[in-house]
Amino acid sequence: MENTTKKYWKGIEEYRNDIEVVKNADKEFNLEDLDGGTHRRDFLKMLGFGVAAVSLAACDAPVRKTIPYLNKPETVEPGIPNYFATTYAESGEYSSVLVKTVEGRPIKIEGNKLSPVTKGGVSARVHASVLSLYDNEKLKGPQKGGADISWEDLDKEVMAGLSSASNIRIVSSSIFSPSTKKVIADFQAKYPSAVHVTYDANSASGLIEANKTSFGVAAVPSYSFDKAKVIVGINCDFLGTWISPVEFASQWAEGRKLVSGKDGKHDMSRHYQFETGMTTTGAAADYRAMIKPSEEGALLISLYSKLSGNTIGNSTVNPEILSKCIADLKAAQGAALVVSGSNDPAIQTIVNGINSLLGSYGNTITFAQKCNLRQGTDSEVNALVSDLTSGKVDAVIFLDTNPVFSHPMGGKLAEAISKVKTSVSFADRADETASVCKYIAPAPHYLESWGDAEPKTGSYSLQQPTISLIFNTRQAQSSLLAWAGLDSDYHKYLKANWKSNILGGKSWVSALHDGVLTSGTSENAPVSFSGDLGAAASSISSTKGGGLEVSVYESIAIGTGAQANNPWLQELPDPISKVTWENTLNISQKTANELKLEKGDWAKLSANGYEIELPILIQPGQAHNVVSVAMGYGRTGAGKAGNVGANAAPFMTNFNWTANASLEKTKSGYTLAQTQTHETVMGRQAVIQESVLSEYVKNNKAGRFEPHIATSDGLVKPYTISLWNGHEKQNHSWGMVIDLNTCTGCAACLVSCQAENNVAVVGKKEVARAREMHWIRLDRYYSSDADSEYQINPSHLREMEIASENPEVVIQPMMCQHCTNAPCETVCPVLATTHSSEGLNQMTYNRCVGTRYCANNCPYKVRRFNWWKYFENEDFDFHMNNELGRMVLNPDVTVRSRGVIEKCSMCVQRIQGGKLAAKKEKRRPVDGEIETACSQSCPTGAIVFGDMLDPNSRVSKALERESEGRAFHVLEEINVRPQISYLTKIRNKDLADAKVAGAQKEEHHETEEAHAEEEHHG
Amino acid sequence: MQVVSPIREHLVTGGKTYHDVTEDISRQVEGPVTKEWKVVFTVALLVLAYGGYWVYQTWWYGLGNWGLNKTVGWAWDITNFVWWVGIGHAGTLISAILLLFRQKWRTSINRAAEAMTIFAVLCAGSFIFFHMGRPWLAYWALPLPNTFGSLWVNFNSPLVWDVFAISTYLSVSLLFWYIGLIPDLATIRDRASGIRKTIYGALAMGWTGGARAWARYEDVSLILAGLSTPLVLSVHTIVSFDFATSVIPGWHTTIFPPYFVAGAIFSGFAMVQNLMLITRVVYKLEDYITIEHIGLMNKVITLTGSIVGVAYITEFFIAAYSGVQYESYAFINRATGPLWWSYAAMMTCNVLSPQIFWFKKLRENIVVSFVIAVVVNIGMWFERFVIIVTSLHRDYLPSSWTYFTPRMGDIGDYLFTFGFFFVCFLLFAKFLPVINMAEVKAVLKSSSEKTDKK
Repeated sequence: MENTTKKYWKGIEEYRNDIEVVKNADKEFNLEDLDGGTHRRDFLKMLGFGVAAVSLAACDAPVRKTIPYLNKPETVEPGIPNYFATTYAESGEYSSVLVKTVEGRPIKIEGNKLSPVTKGGVSARVHASVLSLYDNEKLKGPQKGGADISWEDLDKEVMAGLSSASNIRIVSSSIFSPSTKKVIADFQAKYPSAVHVTYDANSASGLIEANKTSFGVAAVPSYSFDKAKVIVGINCDFLGTWISPVEFASQWAEGRKLVSGKDGKHDMSRHYQFETGMTTTGAAADYRAMIKPSEEGALLISLYSKLSGNTIGNSTVNPEILSKCIADLKAAQGAALVVSGSNDPAIQTIVNGINSLLGSYGNTITFAQKCNLRQGTDSEVNALVSDLTSGKVDAVIFLDTNPVFSHPMGGKLAEAISKVKTSVSFADRADETASVCKYIAPAPHYLESWGDAEPKTGSYSLQQPTISLIFNTRQAQSSLLAWAGLDSDYHKYLKANWKSNILGGKSWVSALHDGVLTSGTSENAPVSFSGDLGAAASSISSTKGGGLEVSVYESIAIGTGAQANNPWLQELPDPISKVTWENTLNISQKTANELKLEKGDWAKLSANGYEIELPILIQPGQAHNVVSVAMGYGRTGAGKAGNVGANAAPFMTNFNWTANASLEKTKSGYTLAQTQTHETVMGRQAVIQESVLSEYVKNNKAGRFEPHIATSDGLVKPYTISLWNGHEKQNHSWGMVIDLNTCTGCAACLVSCQAENNVAVVGKKEVARAREMHWIRLDRYYSSDADSEYQINPSHLREMEIASENPEVVIQPMMCQHCTNAPCETVCPVLATTHSSEGLNQMTYNRCVGTRYCANNCPYKVRRFNWWKYFENEDFDFHMNNELGRMVLNPDVTVRSRGVIEKCSMCVQRIQGGKLAAKKEKRRPVDGEIETACSQSCPTGAIVFGDMLDPNSRVSKALERESEGRAFHVLEEINVRPQISYLTKIRNKDLADAKVAGAQKEEHHETEEAHAEEEHHG
Repeated sequence: MQVVSPIREHLVTGGKTYHDVTEDISRQVEGPVTKEWKVVFTVALLVLAYGGYWVYQTWWYGLGNWGLNKTVGWAWDITNFVWWVGIGHAGTLISAILLLFRQKWRTSINRAAEAMTIFAVLCAGSFIFFHMGRPWLAYWALPLPNTFGSLWVNFNSPLVWDVFAISTYLSVSLLFWYIGLIPDLATIRDRASGIRKTIYGALAMGWTGGARAWARYEDVSLILAGLSTPLVLSVHTIVSFDFATSVIPGWHTTIFPPYFVAGAIFSGFAMVQNLMLITRVVYKLEDYITIEHIGLMNKVITLTGSIVGVAYITEFFIAAYSGVQYESYAFINRATGPLWWSYAAMMTCNVLSPQIFWFKKLRENIVVSFVIAVVVNIGMWFERFVIIVTSLHRDYLPSSWTYFTPRMGDIGDYLFTFGFFFVCFLLFAKFLPVINMAEVKAVLKSSSEKTDKK
């Protein structure tokens, strides 16, 4: 066959298959010959590109600085947190902590359960300290007179200044770091004229000086509140702020725990508190009396005289409860403890006398283990002040202290310091003291630093950096070493010091891993009291009170003001007054009436030629004719968040109080930013259930309110009837048991929750509008003088709204109750809130359209609405408005957008994390492995979290024991069946003295209940 | 055959003929825009613009512009919502129930009442959007097929029932109103020329006026009346379920459905009274909206006002009788708590003020009628405020008790709906016949005052 396939070609070139033709085979139309760059055939292409380019350029995509690891660090897995043990040891506060870091940034502080001192408890301020790390108002590098300087130049100039100086002072807060002490010693070796002065803004000077004269030991002893059967506190907020509150609170709670059932624990310590302002300690006490600060000494004289039978001085102070207190103390010989927060050595001498009379030394107090958290004494500081003001000192270094702000003579000190030739501060910002110093050599945050601590004799703790330096800062110790001409590598120095002096052959790595190290404690050497009580008594009677007295106290949130620029702490409601963002002039209602002041007024407080203007707070339980003002406020060099309130330090002329003040109204109509404005519980026994110990011993269900619902079958318990089918829980049922008896209201849970769950800070104005976002709150109820039985009578109800002059206080942590029959779930139109198969009430933020119906229908009012956009918003210029501050956000928790509801999730991210970890190991989660932020942080263990389907969990066991005892659900009669149970509040008070609602009516309830049961069965 | 009692007052006075009716009503539509209308319309537009600014504020920046807080999650928003829905009820009641009951006096007021209904429901609907934290996602409340997986609406939620109730109500009311307009639009079409003829012609949908058209018109009216009659009862019943199905003391009350319906009719009639009295004077329609009409409206106002009064007292009795501490406290707090003044305003305006209509002289006095109608609407606004805010601000846990203070956002958004309502009503009054000419003509023969024409 012949090939008939024809071949067509365009031209002879193609036919010949010229090289040119082959080259241009893909360019059919050879457009290059045409004039111009674009062609009609490109029109659509250009148009499409143009539109795309213009629209892309119009979208201003936010720049996200996400830089992937080129070489991934061995220990960092994206999404998996690392925990490092470290130590918080600043401004006299100590906590051994675990720091959760994600991708190299610390985001959460947790307690280190290995610590024998804090036992896993962490205070609110320590929880909040992680946010202070990301404070963008800190100095970015060293400064000289407000201008930047390099470290080399600073070192050169400071060393020149120091070597020419003949009288150097190092002023610091109590240093309980053995290595830092050694650094200072090395520094002193190089500069022999250097004197180290310890100045504590919240010092225990009186105690230390009294111990020196009484026992020859100038130190704070160790206290054991757990061993005391009778505890007496005199203006001593040991559960909130005094010396080592986290440690004391957990000891105190040991003695306050009750366990129902036959083999339970049915006894508890009795706690008397005599105090000026209402503190959390006074709120937790069984008996509380109000005294003026000027009466402290007289009260103790009276106490001593009556206990011993020897009259040591005249005293007219004799509160009603004193005789009961004396009888109890006498009976508790060897198991009693009297503590005073006074800084008057004379007062503390009498306290020592009382304690030695009661046989407390060796039992509830011991010098075998000294507490190193407070070392400063007034005499030392007074010497410093006079040296500085007289111009004797020619070089001064400030380490972790801010006396210009916190010392009563701050103004004079500022003037004196500015005249000193060489002055250096290690402050992280130009604070009140640093700004009058020549040089600021900013030290990094403790989470960026190496260090150690010895809070108690023989109990060591290590501090390691959890992030590399954020700013151009240098540790104070390195600076001191550098100026002493030594190697400034503090890490090396610390390790060497531990190897040679502390570890005693033990492993450095395991000490670093554990964070704590305990060496053997010394024997309990008996001490004998040799104080001069007569002299003390006469010294006390020479201090005269009178007129309107001013008492300056430390608040739980702000303390001495070192962390004032921390918005979490500023927005932390005071556990008692519920005020945020400022300090107030706290006065009693009676004093307010006398001075014609009322709620919403501002007043000017003046004494000793100093005056401040602040809002009035009418505080139930406040001693009459005394104004209490919190210290730590009124900073001027803290920053945007911290410069609020007024400084009360100058009033601390007579230790921490002064007399003969005057208070004048200046303006009215002000709304305090309080998170709770109603004071009493209005006789609602379904909310707070309480009784007294003697009743509890008789009947473990004392104080329980058991509602019954009338049906056609007679009275039945609410849970026996239901419209609901319930939820099937096959795997887990997460729940909590909260003990009202051991909750002190320290608010550690609140800040812990805020840190864990990215809860927004809303600022003072919004708090005043009742729009704070906290997921857990501490409801505080005062007792009222009105009959606590509810009556349909408007005038009686109005009386019930008024708190007693010296009320009993109950603090109730309140968060989402995760109701099984949740009212919020049924009303959401879009199913944004639903029930999990594990008993959680879940909130799906991105499904929420924001009708707020769920919040309205929540009987516990725990749901929070995002009224505004709280992040990246100039109106809310807190940490979520700057890049550095946002580094604290927990990547496992969504930052909620505007217009959605949020609430406690029972830390669902932690539950899921814990379940995943267990699943990978093919096992069930172990009880205690999963903890919520609040339960993890509770210093007294009042909040217990766990799986109620696991029979061995602490929650299940507690509920099993307490179901016929103290356990109750809040608002049982509305049958929402919460997953959270509370345990009744039991006071160790005589029945006749109790203001408790249920106590007197116990028998009445008993019969009613028996009747109901009978009818139900019959 | 229908017999009209000779002692009955005439529904139309002045011896109007069919032509007079057409002339009187169409004149307003056909004539030039009056100066008064321009002034009032400008004011309404300004109010709308100012309110619009606050709507922008609340939508763009958030509901923080309102005075709500952690405890009081609804206040003016839902108060306004229920208030506007309630006002809307009069239209349906007049056009549907009174039609079924052959109450002929309704013919001169039903058109305006229905128009008012529609605008009021639109205002109410706007608060459904305003009150949401993320209004752009409002469509999630509709059971639409979606790509979000298995996400669907929660049929247990009264808010979903609301969505159905309000949207059904709006669509039925709109349909009813429009059907009724068709013969009148055709009348105007027939009298008009040029572009107006085209527009009204299109709107009249080719109405011929033939016997078959009329027969169908009557049938459709009756069917729609039958459909909307249950709506009169159901819509406000469902609105009341927003509260009645909750657990909040003061909300969780079985009396709410009848109480809300009575309240709705009460406020709706008051609003109709207000609007009609103004229209009557401005458009000189005294022969169509007679003193007889005003008196009848006032009777309904007194009746429904007394029903809500009984409801208020019943609530108190039940609260005390129940023995539930929270319930009784909620009611004591209403009357004697920090918001007592709102309760006092509600009681005075709603229960006491309409009682003056027992006197015929006052009942037939135009000024008194107008003032009381305004007072009633203020009272009904306070009723919803009392129910919503006083129940919420002090519920179960005293720790969370707060107070409510409105902020500019609350006021601004309310003004917006006022502006919207009056702009719509003024446009309606100018461009559409405010009285149903066709139906008035139907009653002319039997109920018109006969006078000798000069």
